Amino acid sequence: MSLSRADVERIAHLARLQIDDESIPDYARNLSNILELVEQMSAVDTSQVTPMAHPLDTVQRLREDVVTEDNQREHFQQHAPSVENGLYLVPKVIE
Amino acid sequence: MEWETVIGLEIHAQLQTRSKIFSGAATAYGAAPNTQACAVDLGLPGVLPVLNKEAVRMAAKFGLAIGATVAHRSIFARKNYFYPDLPKGYQISQYELPIVAGGKVQIELEDGTHKTIGVTRAHLEEDAGKSLHEDFHGMTGIDLNRAGTPLLEIVSEPDMRSAQEAVAYMKKIHSLVRYLEICDGNMQEGSFRCDANVSVRPKGQREFGTRAELKNINSFRFVEKAINIEVERQIDILESGGKVVQETRLYDADNNQTRAMRSKEEAMDYRYFPDPDLLPVALDDAFLNTVRASLPELPDAKRRRFIETFAVSEYDAGILTSSRELADYFERTLDAGGSAKLAANWIITELSGALNRAGLELGASPVTPQQLGGMIKRIDDNTISGKIAKQVFEAMWGGAGDADEIIENQGLRQVTDSGAIEVLIDEIIAANPQQVEQYRAGKEKVFGFFVGQVMKASKGKANPQQLNDLLRKKLQ
Repeated sequence: MSLSRADVERIAHLARLQIDDESIPDYARNLSNILELVEQMSAVDTSQVTPMAHPLDTVQRLREDVVTEDNQREHFQQHAPSVENGLYLVPKVIE
Repeated sequence: MEWETVIGLEIHAQLQTRSKIFSGAATAYGAAPNTQACAVDLGLPGVLPVLNKEAVRMAAKFGLAIGATVAHRSIFARKNYFYPDLPKGYQISQYELPIVAGGKVQIELEDGTHKTIGVTRAHLEEDAGKSLHEDFHGMTGIDLNRAGTPLLEIVSEPDMRSAQEAVAYMKKIHSLVRYLEICDGNMQEGSFRCDANVSVRPKGQREFGTRAELKNINSFRFVEKAINIEVERQIDILESGGKVVQETRLYDADNNQTRAMRSKEEAMDYRYFPDPDLLPVALDDAFLNTVRASLPELPDAKRRRFIETFAVSEYDAGILTSSRELADYFERTLDAGGSAKLAANWIITELSGALNRAGLELGASPVTPQQLGGMIKRIDDNTISGKIAKQVFEAMWGGAGDADEIIENQGLRQVTDSGAIEVLIDEIIAANPQQVEQYRAGKEKVFGFFVGQVMKASKGKANPQQLNDLLRKKLQ
């Protein structure tokens, strides 16, 4: 499978990545190579193999339902570019 | 052309855990902004999610209650999209292998018929934060207290064929999650939310039409209105030769219309993949058996039992079991030993009416079930009449004590002594010779006048049946 210029632009947009126009053909070629590798792997018969969700062969440990975190808002908000009335401020989003 | 509506619902129920699904921050509603958002909820670098056992238990409980398969192995996935109230840039959800698959619930329609609605799946995920679009100097304010609150997303099959069916299904799930004590069901606070997938097709056609997804319709009434208006819109488009576009639409309650929210091609590519931060969740039979043993009696079973054990009507049983609180109130009322039929009537009409007028929830009722039961017992044993009972009820509501105290203190005991009633009747007959003549001349209506007069003379306390019988005799 070969990715077009438009595919690359779309993927970059979805990932919020800004890429130079002239590097698009490189991205297209490299990403297409990855997809080709996946296609090659698809040729292997895996009908008897359980799909792997995680490389570690173990299961999730569960936490007891207990509140363990204190309010550290002041601490966290020191790193935020803009706050007001306890809220984080971000550029206006309108739907 | 005749059109058929096809509806599937996605319900988001906030699970009532104390802490978040992947962090130890509190989930209490209404805290000051960002005071319950810890490093995990903020998506700071280097943090790892740790799954809340209680959220898993609640999801399993729901699955078992609807006869679904609760997966021995389920996995979490990342759903990728950018929005400021989703700090990580992805929502942890489940995609392949959700925790619950393939259940069903029965709904009852207005004409009394039943219909089975399939539940495709229910999966665990985290809620996002809240965006406040009021003016912050042209900026948007973000409160991440809600971020990471556990949600159970319950996805139905496209089995509903009208807005009414969709509402009946939503009410059923709402009642169920509250019976199970896994969600408080508070729609104002957003604990229970619903999106509807709506499409229409020519009646008889097998394939589904193109659907629109209606977002965040947060009351039973709006679900019905939003679906109806959307169906109308789609039929208009199709009948004028157009095509329905697959898109997300928002219901605008003020103008009763739906409008396009965001274009599909950009928003819908979520690029799901298994979350490497979380291992597969394994539930063994011992865990599931413990959860199964903790299931309460569910609404349908309770309803059947009420009909069979207490001989209340199907209609009354339906109302009484519509919430667990109401059903419990009814059963506690019966503990006092009074008649079930009377208890059902009093709860459904007088008590519910009084609560409505006062704007109170059942839990805040000034009249306890023990008090109501005590009063009903006094109706049963003829100490008071049904009419006087209303007076007693009002006094109990006002905090005047138990029924027996009120009856004693206010002298409301019913007069069942025939001699005493006869004395009153004789007085009234003597004072109204004209009416006696009219009655004896065949004017049956005058009988009511005598009943009223005697009842009044007894201050409403004469036993109505005895009064009638004795009066009939005396007037002959």
